[in-house]
Parts: sequence; C-alpha cells; structure tokens
Amino acid sequence: MPTDLLYGAEVVLNGLMAGVLYALVALGFVLIYKASGIFNYAQGVMALFAALTLVGIMEGQVPFSHLINAAFGTDIHHFGWHVPAFAAILLTLAVMVGFAYLVQRFVFRHLVGQEPIILFMATIGLAYFLEGVGDLMWGSEIKKMAVGLPQGGSLWVEENTQWLGFGNEDFYGFFIDKLDMVATVIAVVLVLALVAFSQYTKQGRAMRAVADDHQAALSVGVSLNFIWILVWSLAGFVALVAGIMWGAKSGVQFSLSLIALKALPVLMLGGFTSIPGAIVGGLIIGVGEKLFEFSFGPMLGGATENWFAYVLALVFLVFRPQGLFGEKIIERV
Amino acid sequence: MKMKLGTMAVAAVMAASPVMADLVFPSLSYRTGPYAAGGIPFADGYADYMNLLNARDGGIGGVMTNVLECETGYNTEKGVECYESTKGQGALVYQPLSTGITYQLIPKATADGIPIHSMGYGRTSAANGDVFSNVFNYPANYWNGASGAINYLMSQGDIAGKKIALVYHNSAYGKEPIRTLEELAKKHGFELTLLPVDHPGQEQKSQWLQIRREKPDNVIMYGWGVMNQVAVQEAANIRYPMEDFIGIWWSGSENDVLPAGDAADGYKALTFHGVGNDFPVFADIQKYVVDAGNAAGAGDQIGTVLYNRGLYAAMLAAEAAKTAQEIHGTGDITPAMMRDGMEALEITEAKMTALGLPGFGPEFNVSCENHGGPGLIGMTQWDASAKTWSLINDFAASDMDVIQPLIDEDSAAYASENNIASSCN
Repeated sequence: MPTDLLYGAEVVLNGLMAGVLYALVALGFVLIYKASGIFNYAQGVMALFAALTLVGIMEGQVPFSHLINAAFGTDIHHFGWHVPAFAAILLTLAVMVGFAYLVQRFVFRHLVGQEPIILFMATIGLAYFLEGVGDLMWGSEIKKMAVGLPQGGSLWVEENTQWLGFGNEDFYGFFIDKLDMVATVIAVVLVLALVAFSQYTKQGRAMRAVADDHQAALSVGVSLNFIWILVWSLAGFVALVAGIMWGAKSGVQFSLSLIALKALPVLMLGGFTSIPGAIVGGLIIGVGEKLFEFSFGPMLGGATENWFAYVLALVFLVFRPQGLFGEKIIERV
Repeated sequence: MKMKLGTMAVAAVMAASPVMADLVFPSLSYRTGPYAAGGIPFADGYADYMNLLNARDGGIGGVMTNVLECETGYNTEKGVECYESTKGQGALVYQPLSTGITYQLIPKATADGIPIHSMGYGRTSAANGDVFSNVFNYPANYWNGASGAINYLMSQGDIAGKKIALVYHNSAYGKEPIRTLEELAKKHGFELTLLPVDHPGQEQKSQWLQIRREKPDNVIMYGWGVMNQVAVQEAANIRYPMEDFIGIWWSGSENDVLPAGDAADGYKALTFHGVGNDFPVFADIQKYVVDAGNAAGAGDQIGTVLYNRGLYAAMLAAEAAKTAQEIHGTGDITPAMMRDGMEALEITEAKMTALGLPGFGPEFNVSCENHGGPGLIGMTQWDASAKTWSLINDFAASDMDVIQPLIDEDSAAYASENNIASSCN
C-alpha cells in the first residue's frame, strides 16, 4: 500500500479521535439548548471551572486562599491532604450540581419567557462571572491533570500496524494517542447513558417533554425549575468530562475555556438539538479538518484547520440550516 | 512657644524645597485571562524589584519608585487604554509585554516622547535606534533567538543537509523568525520546514503527525500560552527526543513543561537572562520585600523563569533611570531624560555583581544606532525530576551578518512609510 495512503488513513483515524473530543464539548451545548432554547456561551468556562475544581479538590487546595490571606493576613494555601481522583470527581460533580441550582435560582428563574437573545446575554455574563470566580477560588497557575489517564502514543497499535507498510521503512505504523482512545470510549458510554436516561427514565421523559413544549409540560405537572437544574447539572457533568480530557492534554489553565470555539462548527453541522448530531458533527469536523490539512495544508501554507472547520459547517448550513440532525422548524402563517 | 516656632521653621523649609515626585514605572500586566499564568510572574518580578529598591536603597538616586500596574488581559485594545490612562501620570518607560500592544504603542509613545522597552518581543527592527528613536529592545530580539538556536545546533555538530522544523504560533509574533531562518538555511545548508499552529493551539495533532512522518533532526518552537504545553505533550506522545526540541524564551518557562511531567525532561529553551534563584539579590528580596509582607501577587513565583524576566526588566529600567539621573544631574527625571538614560545604558559584569546578579545576563552597551544590544543568547534545559531549568550554554553571539541587513531593510521600509528622518545624525 502506498505510504501516503497509509498516512492518510492515520490522519483519518486521528481526525475521528479529535472529533470525539470536539463532540464532548458540543454535547454540553446541545443538552441545554435542547431543553431550554438557551445557547450557553458559558459551556467552555464550565469545563474550565469543573477542571479547576477537580484539581483543586484533589490537591487539597484551600478555595479563595489568596483572598483569605489578603483579608486576614494568614498564609494558608493547602489543607495538607490529597483526595483520590474518583472521590474528587464525585465532589466536583456535587459542586457542578450546586452551580446548576444557583444558576437556576438566581439567573434563569427570573428570565423565564424572555427573548432568546436575553438568555444568551445572561450566559455571556455568567461566563465572565464564572471565570472570575474560578480565578479567585483556585488561582491562575497551570495545573497538571493527574487523574491517572494514559498519555502518549499506543506502542501496541504502532507495532501491530507496521506490517501494513509491507517492509516500507518510511511507514512506522499508525500513531494513536492512548488518551484519545480513552476519550472515545468515554464519549460512547456518555452518549449511550444520556440517550438511555432521556428515553427510559421519568426525569428523562420530563426533560424531553419540556424540550418539546414547556407550557404543555407545565400543564401536566412537570416542574420547569427542576428540569432546568437537572439539565444544567448534566451539562456540568459533560463539562467536567470535557475538562478532564482537554486538561490532560494541555494542563488545566484558563485557555481551556476557548475549547468552546472548537464546538461551534460541530453544532452548526450536527444541529443544536441532537445528541447523536453532536457526535456525528464532531467526527465529520475532526476528519474533515485533518484530512484537508494533510492534503492541502502544505500548498496553502498550513494552519487550515480552524477556518476549514467553519467553512465545512457553513457549507452544511447553506443546504441544511438546521444541521444534519437538527429539527426543522416550520412556522405556519 | 519654642515648639511652635520650630514646627513653623520645618514647615517653611519643606515648603521652600522642590517637591520630589515618584519615579513612575507603568506595568502593563495581565493577571487575568488565558495568558495569566505567564503574565503574573513577570509582573511580580517587576514589582518586587522596584519595591526592593524602595525598601533597601530608598528608591533610585533618592527618589522613590512607583509601579503603576494596569491590567491588559494580554488584549491589545486594553493595552492601549492602559497606556492612555497612565501616560499622564509621569510614566517614564513602558514595558508593553505583548508584541501586539508594542506595535500599537510605537507611534503613540514616539509622538508623546515616552520610551518603550520591549525586551525579547515586539518589533525586531526597532533595534535600529536611528529610525525607532523611542523604542528599545535590548538585550535580544526574536531574530537573535532564531540565530542563537542555529548557532547552538552548529556547536553540537554539522547541520548541513539536516532537517529543521519550525513550529510557530500563526501570528505576527510566531512568523518573526521565518525570514532569519530562511536566510540561515541558505547560508548553512539545512532544510527548513514551516509548521504553523493556529491560535490558541490546543489542537496540534496534524503538525505533530507531520513531524512524526518527516522526522526532522530538530524542532524549533515559537509558541505562547497553551500552545507550548500542548506542543511539549504532543512531542512526548510521538516520542520525539526532547533534547532535539528547542523553544524560544516565550516557550521556556515552568508553565510550559510541568503539565507534561517527566515526559518533558531534557526540553531546551533559549534565554537572554539567568534562571533559578541562586543569586544574591534573592536574599535581599526575601529580607526587604517578602519578609516585610510586600511581595507582589501571592509571593509564590520568586525564582521562576518569567519572574526572573520581570525582575531583569525592572533592573534594566532602574539602571537606565540611574544613568539618566547622572546625565542630567537631577533625581526627578522626565520621560525624555529616561530615553537618554536608556540610550546611554552600559551593563557590565561589575555592575551586575554589585546589584546581586552576577552572571545573570550578558554585558552590553546601548547606543543611538543600536537599541537592540548585542543579541547574546544562552541555552537552558529542563530537568523534570528536579523541576528546574539550568543554563547549559553561556550567552553567545548571534549571526549579525544575517540579522543586521534584515533589521536595516525592515526599519528602512518603516522609515520610508512614516517619513521618519534619521535621529542619530
């Protein structure tokens, strides 16, 4: 098999894995938009906040320590203990549920019935507020995400795919990052769990009812407040998973909030209301941008991935404005 | 009655003597936003050194220093706002701490007669003082860095016929070394591959898969922020030898290597100043600043690479202010006098030793024509087990035969576009 073709296949594989990571971020947007019609600008910052909280809890960091030290002249930074990763993840999840409650109680409860643009503006404010709180709570330094995820290319895959080159010394076997493989498994489990939750549980069905028509859902006794807290909690959970995966790649730092930029073309392509759409959109964007860079990047000076993802999404928008899996809105007059 | 007369006499003397204003050094810092991890240590180092001068020496030449900190968030528009809001408060010299902000401030500060010191960043051709009268970028610039990396590789063996890849931030900053490296590739016969990474650089799989396929002998990186951490991790993922991977000084702090853990061991970075805290000045900072409860920020950045850079920038600003005071015979200097001091700055080893910074940086002189210094570049290496950077190659000359014509060409174009007459003749 020609080496270029083999490396093209490697690019496709890695594109699929990258797409899964994009989809993890996009999922959070979809959950909230589907249930409440809110485009949550703060989703990227939620991933950052969740990752910061997780690492802070694991390392036994005292929240708001800089503030406490400045106010009281103390010099405390750590509790002196380390929390195991699994327990820290559960505690972080509790924090994200608390965050969901506060968001519902103090922001969106007062904005029910407002125009979508007002709700969107509220999430912009929320994003900046949460970023500031995260900074005050846990500090700005870059932290290592040490939850035991594997790092580096898989030697097993590399060694067991070398034969594909049929002795060609220019082919070293496929490279696949072990972290990406774990992310793929987690994303599949996450999507299956979310689909099962929404299809087979009472709360899930209530969530879908609110998504379809929140006034009709209210009339049959579904609590809108509870459903919104539930949805924001689920989005917080998805943000935590995305924060762990992206944080493991780059360290936990404030740039994590920018991963939301990677989710936008995925949403445009997959649709804002479909969980499978987020996954398929992520995969198409991941493969598309990597393959384009591999094929045409050298001719165009490289760095094509960011803009190509949006061009691809725009092309889909022209022919299918609601995205691949989005609901077609028909307004009768 | 005697007491009252005495008090009145002291008050009369105080009223008659000239008022000594503080020496104002604005610090355009970024303690928030995506780049805060890099901005905080620099701002802390800058502020701590100025505080040290106040506490230990009573300021500079008997006049206290005042650091005016303004938060830019590494945002060019906010940086310009900071400049506009602080320039009227007696600002002596600006450290924009961002190439984008520097580009915006060059014409403004020149018109206002306030000097800029863009140390190791900004517009490289500002080294030509004949065109850029108010801009200084000593002791080294991006092009010195590119040449320093190639010189270092040549000191390790012949590079003719070798493949060198440049992984760079796809911005004006990241593109700075390309021209220099292309000229050096022609001169020394190596093959240069350019690999741009779009902002912010969280996803670099394509670039590192290409490196894995093409197996360059060395990778040079001009990155910033999250791009650095991801690049070091991706290099580790494909098992690229860390000792063959060299970052510019903005890709060579603790922030850039700690997230990758042991995998970052052996990674190298260029530098124009010392690393670590094994210098006498740090004992003074502990005694006069930290123990007195005046440490900037959380006080937890002392001795890190970027803290040292901030401290070095403050030291160079203070020495230029001293020179200005000596030239003009007054402690209360103006921005124009500060500019004169910067242009007459001489940094000798004896001076550095007296300041508690022996061997911390290269010796250099600034002149009207040369605002960039000699461009001496050192090499550092990361030890992941000790979590320390070490200087493994002393400050060495860069290839000015290649760099100077590029500086002359670029600055001449700027002078022509902006109708700037020679300021040195």
